[in-house]
Amino acid sequence: MSSIEDVLEGNRICICAGSGGVGKTTSSAAIALGMAARGHKVCVLTIDPAKRLADSLGLKELGNEATRVDPKLIAGHEVEDGGELWAMMLDAKETFDNLVARHAEDEEARDRVLGNRIYQQISGALAGSQEYMAMEKLFELHSEGRFDLLVLDTPPSRNALDFLDAPSRLTQFIEGKSLQVFIKPTGFAAKVAGRGAGVALSVLKRLVGFDLLADLSEFFTAFSGMIDGFQDRAHRVSALLADDETCFVIVCGPQGDQVDEAVFFHSKLMESGMNFGGAVVNRVRYRLGTRIPKITALTDKLEPEFEKEGLAKEVARTLIEYDLLAQRDEKNISRLREDLAGEPVIRIPYLDTDVHDIAGLSVINEYLFTDEETRVELATK
Amino acid sequence: MDRQFSCLWCLPVRQIGLNGRILDFLNKRVLFVTGKGGVGKSTVSIALGIRAAMEGKRAIVVEVSSTENASRIFHQADVGFKEVEMSNDFWAISIDPEDSMREYVLLQLKVKAMRDLLFRSRMFTYLAAATPGLNELVTIGKIWELAQLDRKVKHGRKYDLVIVDLPATGHGISFLQSPRTFANIARMGPIHTQAKQLQAMINDREHSGTVIVSLPEEMPVNETKNLEDQLSDDVDVAVDRVIMNGLYEESFSGADLKEIKRLGKNDDPEIHAAGKAAVSQCSRTASQKEQLERLEGLVKAPVTTLPFIFKPEIDLSCARKLAEEIA
Repeated sequence: MSSIEDVLEGNRICICAGSGGVGKTTSSAAIALGMAARGHKVCVLTIDPAKRLADSLGLKELGNEATRVDPKLIAGHEVEDGGELWAMMLDAKETFDNLVARHAEDEEARDRVLGNRIYQQISGALAGSQEYMAMEKLFELHSEGRFDLLVLDTPPSRNALDFLDAPSRLTQFIEGKSLQVFIKPTGFAAKVAGRGAGVALSVLKRLVGFDLLADLSEFFTAFSGMIDGFQDRAHRVSALLADDETCFVIVCGPQGDQVDEAVFFHSKLMESGMNFGGAVVNRVRYRLGTRIPKITALTDKLEPEFEKEGLAKEVARTLIEYDLLAQRDEKNISRLREDLAGEPVIRIPYLDTDVHDIAGLSVINEYLFTDEETRVELATK
Repeated sequence: MDRQFSCLWCLPVRQIGLNGRILDFLNKRVLFVTGKGGVGKSTVSIALGIRAAMEGKRAIVVEVSSTENASRIFHQADVGFKEVEMSNDFWAISIDPEDSMREYVLLQLKVKAMRDLLFRSRMFTYLAAATPGLNELVTIGKIWELAQLDRKVKHGRKYDLVIVDLPATGHGISFLQSPRTFANIARMGPIHTQAKQLQAMINDREHSGTVIVSLPEEMPVNETKNLEDQLSDDVDVAVDRVIMNGLYEESFSGADLKEIKRLGKNDDPEIHAAGKAAVSQCSRTASQKEQLERLEGLVKAPVTTLPFIFKPEIDLSCARKLAEEIA
């Protein structure tokens, strides 16, 4: 079955999505490195990568701009001609600020939004704003057309679905639709000031305080001039996600709940008309044999190999325990394959050591950039 | 198995003789459990709840943010916005912001007509959608309410300890910061007062604290260090424990490993497989040990370790086993 290179064939954007703690950042970096080594000009966008990985890519001084990873660092990984690896760490707040600056009618309108206390709270913290800003940056880099391939490591969210929902949630928020009830028909500010205020509003005012309502009103008023620009932009960003040259790669782990989530996310991708490339399952315990004997039989078999008493049994127990988890992984992954209806599923083995440098990424790439048969051979040899 | 455990719980605490250490942090009133995604926060929260119950306390484990975050164990027990007793003195609740919002308004507005008016107009829901952090604020409000000895809700049970299974790192931090954020947004009025009160609860080092769950791997260890700094400096909350989860038992010595490595040359597939599994286990155990030492050097809070559980899926019985292991 396919290598990740086949999966990405003809694509200019690869979005690595998945829930937290499944190895998304590592997978994204490995894909980018591997594609660069195969002669492509690749940029990986990430939020808050683990420090050592960042260090190994020379990322520590990076701001919100793409920076080329020193070719010396990836030399020795058989980089083909033309191959370049670029990377950037996303700064969600700065991206949001830039977006406001872009859409503001003038400097005064810009400063009014940037200085608003509500804006200052949401630009970093609003659910979905980090996700949306990641897309925004992706859109910006894609429009510039400098790269053959962009790999996005989606922000750590509770749920991979947060990512797909982000543009609509952000625009809905900015449109302040939920606040229209307060604003219409005479304008929110007027109501807050007390003129013709409804009873419900006055109850609410008593509960949350005049201040908050006034600030909200000011915020949405300041933003009102930018709504069209934001909406238009968000539509184009959404369209890019569904583009023929964009594909989603779901990253997950082999545990039951992780596979459940991958299956669920895949169905949502299909519903939203997105292109699905394949799934990368990290930390898989490949089965080391289909019929592992019972512990006593295995111990007896191992006994002649060891002089030290008890060691044979301990080694036997290790394999039995390993196989218990390997069987679980096998069961969950075959369920994943079934639900993904023949789409590629790439299993990365549970390696003996942590991956946090370019050498480690290269080990992962031995599995990502090959066929299933070779993967099994490598993982069980 | 279950029966045996519940019998044990009936005994006075000292007769259980659980590894003889006093878990003083379980004497707090509220513990927030956080950590990087995928480290086992939910399982550890449940284990802490069971352990507190074993120590003779009535504990409740709180899951925040509706179904998306739901742990399998809670899901199977169908825990919702209602206090459910999972086992003797160990309770659970899943807090949904909308339910908390409703309860908050009920507690704040004594006049029924006013409440009805507000609910009918759906103004509070609209406000929550427009105001960042309001959902988190009312959720913390509910946590505070659960921790009161004099409960606000009718027929509320008293809990000695409330354990909160927080969202992962970044979301967890902004969750704990929401009272301060909110006190800044709403500069006066009842919500401001309430936010201040919740902030005081979080900052109260005598009665509240946090537990960070980590794994013996490079990235989770780094994140634990950053998280500890952020929690104590930015959020200003006590960090009582770091729990290193999923540690392998050290089964083989260096001399053993030499012997085991010879199996790699064996032609018998089963012997070969056993050798591979054991060598890989040794290598993982060694790197885990390194990471544990690194963590102990990096963090200020005491570190507690929990063993890796060789079970296909983690269930309530695994959480019970872990509960006994907490030292």
